[in-house]
Amino acid sequence: MPASPPPAASRAAASAPLHLAVALDGAGRHPAAWREPGARPGELLTARYWADAVAEAEAGLLDFVSFDDALTLQSSSPDGPDGRTDQVRGRLDAVLTAARVAPLTRHIGLVPTVTATHTEPFHISKAIATLDHVSRGRAGLDVRVSQTAHELRHFGRRAAALPEDEAYEEAADHVEVVRRLWDSWDDDAEIRDVATGRFVDRDKLHHIDFEGRHFSVRGPSITPRPPQGQPLVTAAAATRAAYGLIARSADAGYVPAHDTDAVRAAVAEIRRARETAGPAAEPLHLFGDLTVFLDEDAPAAHARRERLDALAGTPYGDGEAVFTGTPAQLADLLQDWRTAGLTGFRLRPGGISHDLPAITRALVPELQRRGAFRRAYEADTLRALLGLARPAGRYAAQPAA
Amino acid sequence: MSTKPLKQIHLAAHFPGVNNTTVWSDPAAGSHIDFDSFVHFARTAERARFDFLFLAEGLRLREQGGRIYDLDVVGRPDTFTVLAALAAVTERLGLTGTINSTFNEPYEVARQFASLDHLSAGRAAWNVVTSWDAFTGENFRRGGFLPREERYSRAKEFLAAATGLFDSWDGTEIVADPVSGTFLRDARAGAFTHCGPHFDIEGHFNVPRSPQGRPVVFQAGDSDEGREFAAARADAIFGRYGTLDEGRAFYADVKRRLPRYGRTPDQLKILPAATFVLGDTDAEAHETAHEVRRLQVSGQTAIRYLEHVWNRDLSAYDPDGPLPETDPEPGENTIALGRASVRQFRDPRETARQWRELARAKNLSIRELVIATTARQTFVGSAATVARAIDDLVQADAADGFILVPHITPGGLDVFADTVVPLLQERGVFRTEYEGTTLRDHLGLSVPAPAPSGL
Ligand SMILES: Cc1cc2nc3c(=O)[nH]c(=O)nc-3n(C[C@H](O)[C@H](O)[C@H](O)COP(=O)(O)O)c2cc1C
Repeated sequence: MPASPPPAASRAAASAPLHLAVALDGAGRHPAAWREPGARPGELLTARYWADAVAEAEAGLLDFVSFDDALTLQSSSPDGPDGRTDQVRGRLDAVLTAARVAPLTRHIGLVPTVTATHTEPFHISKAIATLDHVSRGRAGLDVRVSQTAHELRHFGRRAAALPEDEAYEEAADHVEVVRRLWDSWDDDAEIRDVATGRFVDRDKLHHIDFEGRHFSVRGPSITPRPPQGQPLVTAAAATRAAYGLIARSADAGYVPAHDTDAVRAAVAEIRRARETAGPAAEPLHLFGDLTVFLDEDAPAAHARRERLDALAGTPYGDGEAVFTGTPAQLADLLQDWRTAGLTGFRLRPGGISHDLPAITRALVPELQRRGAFRRAYEADTLRALLGLARPAGRYAAQPAA
Repeated sequence: MSTKPLKQIHLAAHFPGVNNTTVWSDPAAGSHIDFDSFVHFARTAERARFDFLFLAEGLRLREQGGRIYDLDVVGRPDTFTVLAALAAVTERLGLTGTINSTFNEPYEVARQFASLDHLSAGRAAWNVVTSWDAFTGENFRRGGFLPREERYSRAKEFLAAATGLFDSWDGTEIVADPVSGTFLRDARAGAFTHCGPHFDIEGHFNVPRSPQGRPVVFQAGDSDEGREFAAARADAIFGRYGTLDEGRAFYADVKRRLPRYGRTPDQLKILPAATFVLGDTDAEAHETAHEVRRLQVSGQTAIRYLEHVWNRDLSAYDPDGPLPETDPEPGENTIALGRASVRQFRDPRETARQWRELARAKNLSIRELVIATTARQTFVGSAATVARAIDDLVQADAADGFILVPHITPGGLDVFADTVVPLLQERGVFRTEYEGTTLRDHLGLSVPAPAPSGL
């Protein structure tokens, strides 16, 4: 674990407020997390479980929670079901889970995973727009690309998965359609003009006429423009193929936070790609992505991780960015890595029942003491929490369809 | 006198969105998008102990004469997302979503409904609709439209595939025992395979069995094929016949089809859409109803409506003048796109002939004719009159209950809840408390056993 203190010169930058999100999935990131005391493994498919987790994240003033998802059963193998019976299997649709908790929360952003590869951008656009309406401006989505043959067979439309680059290109087109549909209603399209009998001004509704390699979509959306105009689009820089998607399409990218040099290199490359391929004028958040095991003393955290590894039968963390230690050590590390060009972090609790409260009740106060994290929600929308402006609709003031 | 026991009435509330029932110009009309409107409406329905809330669907904004139709309410939120959010602010109310079987895929829709059923603790229902047209298809990646004849073959296969997915978990698989480390009893949980002309899919469904086993299934088409589909597969029909004679005919026709599928009449509930206008007296209600009709059918609206039948631009006509003497444009309707109602007019020339005759006989202007022929006010009168009418229709087997569509969003249900519901309760034909927690409980439907594994 790179625990060397940050150089003095970067101390100031490192103490500027950072953004924090958590990724929620089942009982937590570690495959044995469901066996922890307090993990409530029999409740993972209930609304109460998710409401409690998101309420905890909101009590910690986090910017947003993301909800992991896939259109396939969880597996330890990329080739299909692994036949295991000792890990959490089964999960609920992430968009619906986010919608279910939206009325129970007020400030925290809600960012469900959406699989671009197998879904219709028209449906996704209105679903996320609606999540934004029901949460009053706190919606986002995490774009996922699927490449597995077994997931493909759940849909049966294509004979074989697309090559990786093409799959990411398709996802970028998907996001482009989703974004155009969000803009396809001007903010003031609904006029309710009793004198002329017109409910909408149809000059403020726009066909989007997207024509791409994998689909064409005419529009406009059936759902009026969401409160944020453009809900937050995020994507993980899991492989280099995803850099282009983030550069071209995202408001926030997640960079695996293994070590400072790797983070620095990835950040530089994505930002360069943004300059050439993307909407360079729009700010791009880059969040370090890492799994955390937190305890008040470091040996306890390591012991807990080892205990979970023993239960799982394999050591956790193959290729993953993982931190194990105290909240103060993690705070040091986050402030250090920030200097590599990150604007925040998405933490994956190793076990939600233990590590989520450790984040909200120990890490957050530690960062607050250092002046590096908010003490109260300063805004009501997710974009505003992240310091992003509400964009004007791209078609507004153009003659209409 | 017959000693037949009184039938219990089922009541549901259709959120009044995109349709020509909604009077958006009324000062009492609120937003049809803002979540507060849905919360108000759902809570009123639940306070009145209704069976469920109903959402319709349209996947393309209607266009007429090549331009977006702007005289009615335009725009609606996503069905699944709104229903999931409403599950957080209600406890017992069923949540019925209209989801099309042409522009979706079984794996995704099955997991959305199974998820909704989990997240609402057993309150999800799916109204399977079959719009198939190329106009709507232009919003989807494969241009995914179907020939008209295939709409039900895809719907049937879609539902069969989804049922296979729902049944791929029997509900006993999750053990979640932290001590032994057994999460699943059987690693084969969720395994499915479905092979047919529309879908060739296999794999593992990733949502374990939900509280209702499967969501309740509604059907809303009216053709012979649609009725057959309902008789074979649906738990309830969202119907269009709210009068005594038409209702009884439809009811008898559909229920007669059930034995063929080994089903009994109580396994399929017939719930027509119904509107209502209430007043302190019958006379006052009729007066209000007349005003509502004038607001629903403006002169412009009447002309646009006539264009559905004539299939040509009639904007030069005076809505207060006589009907066109020319005949409708033959062939596919190209003037009005994206409206389910267009499909009602199977024979436009004949419809035009009948309308001209009616207008001549009663001396009706275009607008008056449209007001007369689109009259959809099922129940008009004092609360006592309306309660009696609803009860009479149900006891006469014209329906098992009604899906009420108020003309004001979102407060239009309040007066019904406050005045008519107590009278139905007094008559002993409507619940005063929910007896169960799931929508199947409310509708008196049993939880289906999973089909034996096809694997
Ligand atoms: C009462 C009623 C309500 C309907 N609601 C919808 C709807 O909300 N969305 C939709 O796409 N189609 C709706 N439909 C259309 C039907 O699903 C079906 O596509 C259409 O009626 C054609 O099928 P049919 O020939 O069997 O009638 C509705 C039909 C009826 C009769």
